[in-house]
Parts: sequence; C-alpha cells; structure tokens
Amino acid sequence: MTASPTTLAQKIVARAAGRVSVAPGEIVTARVDLAMIHDSGGPRRVEPILQDLGVGLFDANKVVLISDHFVPGDTDEGARILELTRQWAAQRKVAFHDGEGICHVVLPERGHLAPGMLVVGGDSHSPTGGAFGAYMFGVGATEMAGVLATGEIWLKVPETILIEWRGRLSDGVTAKDIMLALCGRLGMDGGKYQTVEYAGEAIAALSMQERMTLSNMAAELGGQAGLIAPDEVTAAFLREAGSDPAGWGDWQGLRTDPGAPLMEHHVFAAGDLAPQVAAPHSPANSGPVDDAPTTPVDVAYLGACTGAKYQDLANAARILKGRRVASGVELLVAPASRRDQDRAARDGIMAVLEEAGAKLLPNACGICAGYGSARLGEDVTCISSTARNFKGRMGAASSKVWLGSPLTVAASAVAGRITDPRLMLTEGAGGTA
Amino acid sequence: MSGRVFLFGDDIDTDQLAPGQYMKGGIAALAAHCLEGVRPDFATSVASGDVVVAGRNFGMGSSREQAAEALKHLGVAGVVALSFAGIFYRNAINLGLPVLTAPSLDDLTDGERVTLDLDNGRLVRAGEKPVLPLDPLPDNLKALLADGGLVPHLKKRFAQERQKEQGR
Repeated sequence: MTASPTTLAQKIVARAAGRVSVAPGEIVTARVDLAMIHDSGGPRRVEPILQDLGVGLFDANKVVLISDHFVPGDTDEGARILELTRQWAAQRKVAFHDGEGICHVVLPERGHLAPGMLVVGGDSHSPTGGAFGAYMFGVGATEMAGVLATGEIWLKVPETILIEWRGRLSDGVTAKDIMLALCGRLGMDGGKYQTVEYAGEAIAALSMQERMTLSNMAAELGGQAGLIAPDEVTAAFLREAGSDPAGWGDWQGLRTDPGAPLMEHHVFAAGDLAPQVAAPHSPANSGPVDDAPTTPVDVAYLGACTGAKYQDLANAARILKGRRVASGVELLVAPASRRDQDRAARDGIMAVLEEAGAKLLPNACGICAGYGSARLGEDVTCISSTARNFKGRMGAASSKVWLGSPLTVAASAVAGRITDPRLMLTEGAGGTA
Repeated sequence: MSGRVFLFGDDIDTDQLAPGQYMKGGIAALAAHCLEGVRPDFATSVASGDVVVAGRNFGMGSSREQAAEALKHLGVAGVVALSFAGIFYRNAINLGLPVLTAPSLDDLTDGERVTLDLDNGRLVRAGEKPVLPLDPLPDNLKALLADGGLVPHLKKRFAQERQKEQGR
C-alpha cells in the first residue's frame, strides 16, 4: 500500500500528534517541541495561571522567553513588566533573550528553530517560524499557560492554501509587496482554519529574511501557519545560527506531495508584480504604488518583524545612499534585532541611514505594537514597513498608516510623499546592498 | 438569560476590542474602551446577557486575549459571527466566552432581544421571529466551555490525574 499524498502541514502535525497520518478537519492533540513567549503576553500573564493550577513548566528546555514589547522600559509600567520578566526567566531557568530584538527574528537567529518542529508562540505573528519549515502558530496567554503546564495543544488539522509565485520578482519588488498584493486579492478572512504554503521559483529565490516576511504575514491572510518547505537556503541559515542538522530528522522529505489535498491553489506571475502599498486601515486595502493617490507623509517608519531585519535595512539603504530625508519628514528606524543592526553597522548600512537623517530607536517592537512611549500623534500620516495598519494601532485614532516595503518607505521618506522606489533605483545612487 | 443584539460588520479587529494604549491597565480599564473606535457607547450600554453579532473575520489581528476578556468582563453572553479569526476564537473558548459561527445572520437587527441557547446551538429570538441556527461546536470545545474555560478544565484534569495516582 502506498501512502496517500499529504501536505507539508499534515506531515508536521501527524508527527507531533504521534500519528502515521492525519486528515484535514480532524481534531488532534499534539506534543509541542518549543514554546516562545514575550514580555507582554508571557510571565506577567502566564505565571498567575501556573500558580493557580499549582504546576510548573512541562520542560524548561523547550521554553524560550524574549523581551521585545515593552523594551526599552521607558515608562514606569514598562520597566516594571521588564523587571518581572527578568525575574521569571531566572526563577524558571528558561532560555532568555533580553532586549536583543523582536521575538520572531531572534528565535531563528539564535538557532532555536528546526524544520518539522511544532511550535507555539505567544504572539500573532508566530507563523514566521513557518519560513523554516516549522509549524508555528500564535496563541493567547491562557492557552500558552496550558501549553507550559502540559506540553500539549489541540489542533484542527488544517486545510492548505497553496500560493505559487512563478518566475522572478523585478528589481525593487520584495516579499512585502507579495504579501500586500495577497492581502488585497485573497482578503484577511481567517474563518476557514487554513494554513498557507508558499512555493514557486520566486519564493525559492528569496533569502531567509524575505521568506520570514511571507510566513509572518500569513497571519494577515488569516492563516494559522505560513509554511515554506525547507531547502538548502533554510539549512544554511539554521546551521549558521547554531542549529544542529543531526536533530532535524528527514527534513528533505518535508514538502507537500504532488496530488495532496488542497483547499485552494493560486498561481501568480512574479514578474508582473509592482511595488504595493496598503491604504489605511487594513492591509487588504492594497494596490500598486503608482495607483495610490499623491499622499504626503509626516513619518516614515522602518520597524517591526516584517520591515527592519538586516535585509530590510539593506534595501532601504539602496534608496537612501547619497540622499536625504525630505524636510518635515521624520524617518524612524527600529532595527529588528541587535545582531542585524550590528551586521548592518559593519556593512556601512547604518551609516547610510543615519546620514540620510534617520533617527534610531531600540531593537524592539517599537511603534508597531502601540505599547511604547513613541506613538503617532493626531492626524499624522505614516508610511510604515510594519505588518498591520489597523485604526489607532500605532497611535492616535486619527493617525493614518500606509503599509509598504522598506524600499517604498525609504523612497517616500526622501520624496516626502508616497513614492514608487523603482524611480530612485533606476536613478541609481545605491549599491550598498 | 436574554439580552439585546449588538450588531457589527466585518473585520472587527483586536485593536478595536482591546486598544493597545490601554493594555498596561487592568481588564476593567481596558474593557471601558472596548470597541469605542467603531461604537463609542458600547462599553457603557452593553449589559449582562447581551450578544455581540458580527460579520466575517471577527477578532482578526493580535493574539492579545484581552480582546475576548474585555467582552466577557462586560457581561457579553457570547459572540455570534459569520466567521472568526483563529486565535481570537481559541482565546474566547479558553476564557469561557462562547463563540459560535452562524451560516447566515438573516434579518437579525441591532437591539432586538435574543437568548443564546448553547445547549442546542441556536439563537432564540423574542416574539414570533424564527430561531437562528448556529454551527455546532466540536466536542472538545463544548467540554472546555462546559468547564468554564481552559483553566478550570485543566484543574479538573489534574485533580483526576492525582486521584488516579493516589488510587494506585
């Protein structure tokens, strides 16, 4: 008997559930390989529940804590939450990355992920782990406390939406543009309990950090996970991060079989895609940047797990090299991790950003999460490399956030209005990245 | 217990349910601002037994469970929607807030009196109006809700496990 064709998601969930195979729609209980929590939904929320339950952690070696939401603790309440987070890390003896950057970026860069893992994260952008072939999804604090107590979680085996990008992206078009286009075309409805899988030549050609942006924003498509089958690019990144391939199992077999059951299969031509922007207040309000109305901006923000990684900063520097931010525009940069910032500094990228007039913010979630002291004021218009532009998320309810790629954010900062970055690439002052 | 329908459209996000700027305060402070961006009088007018009814993708966005907790804190009996965002849906059940999808919302109107009948999976409307059938919940989620959410559910499970061990 030959096994019937299955999806990548089915393969990972079946192993975690201790089953030979699982079918979409089935409800299973799975063992969790890793749990990631941060300062906002983590210790301050889960510890009281663990106390109430009267239990400890299922396995302290399988828990990673990262502080990023209230970093740098520049308010009394933020400082108190960070202190509580640090104390908990010491008491519970878990791996702890304090102020090193955003959890979704730090987790893989420190070698915690491997293909085939089932991982839960206490944050909605946890699908980022899918870029490494891990089935990773976000949960709330109470569910996370349950995971920390038992090491188990229930899952409805997901249907898969396969999204294939054929051909190659043009210069000036990036993963963020792919995602904004997808949000616009497919919508953000998560009610179908699906997972999203990205495939095709254009995806295979992307760096890991670009792939992370795709998996991350599977959350915006309503996907529980956003998977990319692991390949040599994945393996090279994880090896360098210190993850040992000996522990990955048959990672090369982790792919969707031809003929596997798919809920939807979409095919797009990568070469046809233009840079995209999403108008306020939804990522689904997206379209080609050239179709957007002439919109002056007050703030340009390079930040967040989808817009301030090394690759994102390098992309922005291609535009900003030899140019200055327009007068009256504030360019804020919050590099997604300290490692990425250090690498960008070594390569001269940080100097390019600062010479262009960028103001540097800490390695943290920053304005994106809407928790910190830096917030958008009344009626401010912002072009942002973040993942979400919901009303009031980044500040005043009257503020307006447009989403774009780091290239588009940089070009808009220079022009003082929302601008197609390809114009400045062809004018060519770049070359840093 | 009966209550009124509070009717909303599609794509109500977690930043509307639990605005980030009030996250540092307790749940009472946060609940006071629940949905104020789309319906400023919601927190002051909603009462125990009322039902939130919405279109597609209710609760999209963040994993912050305060989005569900705020509704529960305000006494909302449950949320009925055409579809829910996955994390919000799980959070609500884990906190003991009933969330049910409806195949359609028919002619439900804002302010009409209804009773959320969990046992039979339906929304019973006052007067002569037809009952609104809701999609049945999977058994594991029914069990979670019946226990009052994940924490009481786990307490029960751990107590049973301890009893078994002692019985050996």
